[in-house]
Amino acid sequence: MKIKNNIAVSDNGFVFNPGSGESFTVNPVGLVMLNMLRKGLSQSKIVATIIEEYNIDASSVERDLNDFKEMMRQYRLMQHDDE
Amino acid sequence: MNKPLLTIGVTGLNAIDSPGPGVAVIRGLREATSFDCRIIGLSYESLEPGIYMHDIVEKTYQIPYPSAGMEVLMSRLKYIHEQEHLDVIIPNFDAELYSFIKLSDVLKNMGIHTFLPTMEQFEERHKVNLNAFGKKYNIHVPRSKSVYSVNEVQQLEKDYDWPLVVKGKYYDAMLAYNFDQVKSAFNKISAKWGLPIIIQEFIHGTEYNVTGLGDGSGNTIAAVPMRKQYITDKGKAWGGISIADKEILALTDHFLHSTKWYGGFELELMKDKNGRYYLLEINPRMPAWIYLAVGVGQNIPEALTRLAMGWSTDAFTSYEVGKMFIRYAWDMIVDLKEFEQISTHGEL
Repeated sequence: MKIKNNIAVSDNGFVFNPGSGESFTVNPVGLVMLNMLRKGLSQSKIVATIIEEYNIDASSVERDLNDFKEMMRQYRLMQHDDE
Repeated sequence: MNKPLLTIGVTGLNAIDSPGPGVAVIRGLREATSFDCRIIGLSYESLEPGIYMHDIVEKTYQIPYPSAGMEVLMSRLKYIHEQEHLDVIIPNFDAELYSFIKLSDVLKNMGIHTFLPTMEQFEERHKVNLNAFGKKYNIHVPRSKSVYSVNEVQQLEKDYDWPLVVKGKYYDAMLAYNFDQVKSAFNKISAKWGLPIIIQEFIHGTEYNVTGLGDGSGNTIAAVPMRKQYITDKGKAWGGISIADKEILALTDHFLHSTKWYGGFELELMKDKNGRYYLLEINPRMPAWIYLAVGVGQNIPEALTRLAMGWSTDAFTSYEVGKMFIRYAWDMIVDLKEFEQISTHGEL
């Protein structure tokens, strides 16, 4: 699964899905995660970057990242890799 | 180069909380780049706000309600035409469309152009006929039944789950969670709009709308989908955003291609949790939010007028996604003389 290509994300963390018209806001950490997900970075690379930037343990980051991705999936902001 | 000047009669000037499309249509016409226009308002009541918007409406004439019959309407239109030399009339109410469709040939002979669905198109898209419409054109629609007595609803309880949508013939819809609520909705709506009442299966999901324009040959001249963001207690959009949804656009193309629809329209759609679109309603005219289409690059009122005049009109191929409209209320200060004038003389 990856973030849908057409999702618009502003520097302030405002997320707009042009397909559904829905909009969301993400906090600064969410924005960092979202941007890395959009670039297609691997889970381990994203976790390592967050640990380095926010000085937090790996298991918390992994849990938060998985929660975040699940939430993105529920809000239909993700698509299958082959789409 | 001088642009042609068209005199256009527009109804639906009731820019109220459940607004008619007239004022939004006029704003589109005023922004037309291919012609200039004089706008003649056609009103039913003295307090329709558009009557008093002199910066966008040159003059307004009251016209008789559809219940007065077509002869009375025709006689009034003849009088207005003698005064104003109308080139085009754009009716914007479902309830008046029957008369205008019936009169369209007579109007054309007088030099007044319209661009309306055919009577067959108008009838088959009617709420009462939506099931047959869905079957004929292979479009998903919620199951529904027309009832003439509230007791008929009891038989539907076996087939439909609660809640049910109770709909009026022309306008109004209420959600009912039990039989008592059905009775209350049935009585309220039938008192206002008459019978039958349509009982429709409720589809859980997200509502989308699309407005557009068909050229009568099956081609899509315009199509702009929108998601309502702010809905009034009457279910009307007070804010909305243009979206990019290929499925909605494909459904719109299919609707226009298979019905060969003439004129403006609005499709009300519900997307269920499985991502399937259901067509809830077809409004056979431009919606009150038509100015969003103008704002995102598809001036549908202009294109409709060009088609009415028989002028070649290119199909729009794109629009801006993520543009919003936010409606607002605006108090105008009106001299009593003006109210008196429209109330007593029927023109202002």
